[in-house]
Amino acid sequence: MTNQITLTIDEKEILVPPGTTILKAAQSVGINIPTICYHDYCTANALCRICVVEVEGARTLVPACVAQVSNNMRVRTNSERVIRARRTILEMLASSVDLSDAPDILAMLQEYQVDTNRFPEAEERKPSVIDDNPMYIRDYAKCILCWRCVQVCATDAQYTFAINFSGRGYETQIGTFYDKPIPETTCVFCGQCVGVCPTGALKPKKQWLLEQGLPPAEIVQLTRFNRSANSRCR
Amino acid sequence: MTKISLEPLMPILDKLAPKGRTALLPALQAAQKIYGYVPEQAAVAIANRLHVPLADVHGVLEFYALLYRTPVGKTVIHICADPVCAMAGADTMLKQTSRKFEFHGKHKDKTPTVTIERSPCLGLCEHAPALLVQSTPLVQPESYTWEDLIAGKGKKPRSIIGGDISILTANCRKGQIVWLEDYKAQGGYQALNKVLQMAPQEVIEEVKASGLVGRGGAAFPTGLKWESAAQSTAQPKYVVCNADEAEPGTFKDRVLMENDPHLILEGILIAAYAIGATYGYMYIRGEYEYQYQVMSQAVDEAKKDGLIGNNILQSDFSFELELRQGAGAYICGEETALFESIEGKRGFPRVKPPFPTTAGLFGKPTVINNVETLANVPFIIQKGATEYRKIGTEKSPGPKLFCVSGDVAKPGLYEVPFGVTFRHLLFDLAGGIRNNRTMKAALFGGAAGAFATESDLDVRLTFEDLRVAGLPLGSGVITVFDETRDMRDVLLRLAHFFAEESCGKCYPCQIGTQRQYEILQRLATSSLLPGDLERLQDVGWTMTEASLCGLGQTAASAVLSAIRLWPELFKSHQAH
Ligand SMILES: Cc1cc2nc3c(=O)[nH]c(=O)nc-3n(C[C@H](O)[C@H](O)[C@H](O)COP(=O)(O)O)c2cc1C
Ligand code: SF4
Ligand code: SF4
Ligand code: FES
Ligand code: FES
Repeated sequence: MTNQITLTIDEKEILVPPGTTILKAAQSVGINIPTICYHDYCTANALCRICVVEVEGARTLVPACVAQVSNNMRVRTNSERVIRARRTILEMLASSVDLSDAPDILAMLQEYQVDTNRFPEAEERKPSVIDDNPMYIRDYAKCILCWRCVQVCATDAQYTFAINFSGRGYETQIGTFYDKPIPETTCVFCGQCVGVCPTGALKPKKQWLLEQGLPPAEIVQLTRFNRSANSRCR
Repeated sequence: MTKISLEPLMPILDKLAPKGRTALLPALQAAQKIYGYVPEQAAVAIANRLHVPLADVHGVLEFYALLYRTPVGKTVIHICADPVCAMAGADTMLKQTSRKFEFHGKHKDKTPTVTIERSPCLGLCEHAPALLVQSTPLVQPESYTWEDLIAGKGKKPRSIIGGDISILTANCRKGQIVWLEDYKAQGGYQALNKVLQMAPQEVIEEVKASGLVGRGGAAFPTGLKWESAAQSTAQPKYVVCNADEAEPGTFKDRVLMENDPHLILEGILIAAYAIGATYGYMYIRGEYEYQYQVMSQAVDEAKKDGLIGNNILQSDFSFELELRQGAGAYICGEETALFESIEGKRGFPRVKPPFPTTAGLFGKPTVINNVETLANVPFIIQKGATEYRKIGTEKSPGPKLFCVSGDVAKPGLYEVPFGVTFRHLLFDLAGGIRNNRTMKAALFGGAAGAFATESDLDVRLTFEDLRVAGLPLGSGVITVFDETRDMRDVLLRLAHFFAEESCGKCYPCQIGTQRQYEILQRLATSSLLPGDLERLQDVGWTMTEASLCGLGQTAASAVLSAIRLWPELFKSHQAH
């Protein structure tokens, strides 16, 4: 029998195995902590910080998706500090990118009463859509830099290593080797990146064309998979 | 795409290939030395030889400010525009240099001959305004011809080094590099000799007893750090010397490296022996090319003399040291980002725990220490912890280096025992405020610091006193501003620094540093919008509380301290 860890989350006493994250411990008693970058099948990088909680005695707020429980820990998932941080992060996010295709985040904006115009005159990230292959489009104006696509393309799933980062800081964007179009990269069109993208930044091309109002026949034409034909028109 | 010959690169890659990905940055730097930038073909060759995915090579190239994917001028000039240099006229220098370039560079042919870049603090603050021409620092550039300037001819800076004591800086005051022979003549490497007769645990006990804490900013007890790594069971273990000095206003490690390289090497060797490391790295910021050359020569000397390598001084202790150069990223001074960089990756900080002493470089137990921290070690071993503790105060023992720059009569590096007052440092040592003015403020701890005012002049410079005063000691930076300075401009430049240097990993800092910069732009141009003060506070608070690493956690520190000290600054210009 393993030694269980005892802690309290929002005044509830909880027993969980060692190594459990605060996020999972909370879920086990029905307390929901919001997450954005976290995904059960991807490496957790604790980068969105929306899951931060207050841990008694900790200097700063703590990311629940990676922080592990310890004995007698006292956690608050909904304190004033937590709410202020979450709301500000969401306000900043809304001022940076187009969240219209990210239903989970839109719901969070509601829940935390986010003023989406909190930052007037803020510089948005809005590069134009990259439509360079028949399978999916890349609309990085919607990208929240959650890193999931990069990771599933690499060691989290596919080991293809077609995409990585360009720039750094606020100017970061997902990119390819020397900005090559996707068909010239190692991409095998497995679609994993599209599958894990939470914001519609990566989207099946068929769906995107449909949204643009194209007739089905034309869509079939445009999305026929033909690597050589496609790479000819560069 | 212009065709290039890979011939000069190939022998270098042959040598680096066995190291694999960890050699990525050195390989890219080698390519850039040959071609002036990293051409696509060279990047492909590097990727193939080191077995790094192409996209990952791209990610690394894109992360570091000193690596170029497209051609740049034959001569690259970096001009610092951070606060100290700005006060000394960096903007004018940027403008004039660019104008000269227009005049001289335009009509010859189309490829640029000169590239001029605005740079973050170059660690030459006492020589402000600072500039690097092809990695060579020059002072008073306004006094030479354009031809001399781009040829890198001109006056080399000489630092003022002073203070009440000279334990760390004794060899720095000689006006010439102290090479091995001189270093040994003055008793150098005797501490190493002594250590080799001791058990590693005894060495650790001595360092613990000395009360030495890290000088890189976090003030963590050095002995405890070593003990923790020594007790980790995983092998191998590493020692890393952090010489990525890039906190605006800091230049202490530069002065140590360029004058007394063996002092640092001796500290590294003792640390390695104490924790049982057989391999180590010294990571020197990319802009410190000259200091890198000095350290390289010193390492060569040490190897020839049997001080680095197998069976050091005929003992059972063997240790190899590899020097690495950074490539223009302040964040790589953060310990885990530095590890990533050595491993050949983008300099993203890692989530902690695990801490470096259990899983650091290559996932192995690692001790990482600042240059100045390690420079304290030979004295502690040689003279003993009791003697060491006679310097400084009970809670802050030892000597401390302060980098004083800005509006002072004698900007320079000052070594004092912990416990002297700020007034003593500022007036008795640094000569007081320039031009008979008074002090408006002093920024303690660099860009990540907080402002002190006249009422703090009698604070004693110790960890304990400064904590009470709400001032960070940081890495020992004090930047002074006189009464005439516009603090709005100072804040704007600090905010610019953080927006440029944020790695972009976590949202609070990635977006927060940008929004903070935007609001401070409005502050500087007297066009604050209603609600901007609250916005600034929310952004600052959130970065401090929720960011992943120390950069974001301190990116608003100076701004928040300015709001507390000068609230009127943030109100007067709001729209009525
Ligand atoms: C953004 C950032 C930059 C840093 N830069 C440096 C640096 O340039 N040099 C340094 O020694 N420590 C730097 N540090 C601190 C290191 O993370 C680490 O604490 C230090 O190297 C440990 O050495 P010490 O214990 O000897 O101080 C930095 C930390 C942060 C968060
Ligand atoms: S494209 Fe999608 S999956 Fe990739 S980082 Fe952006 S939001 Fe995340
Ligand atoms: S705080 Fe800033 S520098 Fe640190 S991980 Fe987050 S984005 Fe990167
Ligand atoms: S969900 Fe925890 S940091 Fe993103
Ligand atoms: S060199 Fe310009 S501020 Fe340090």
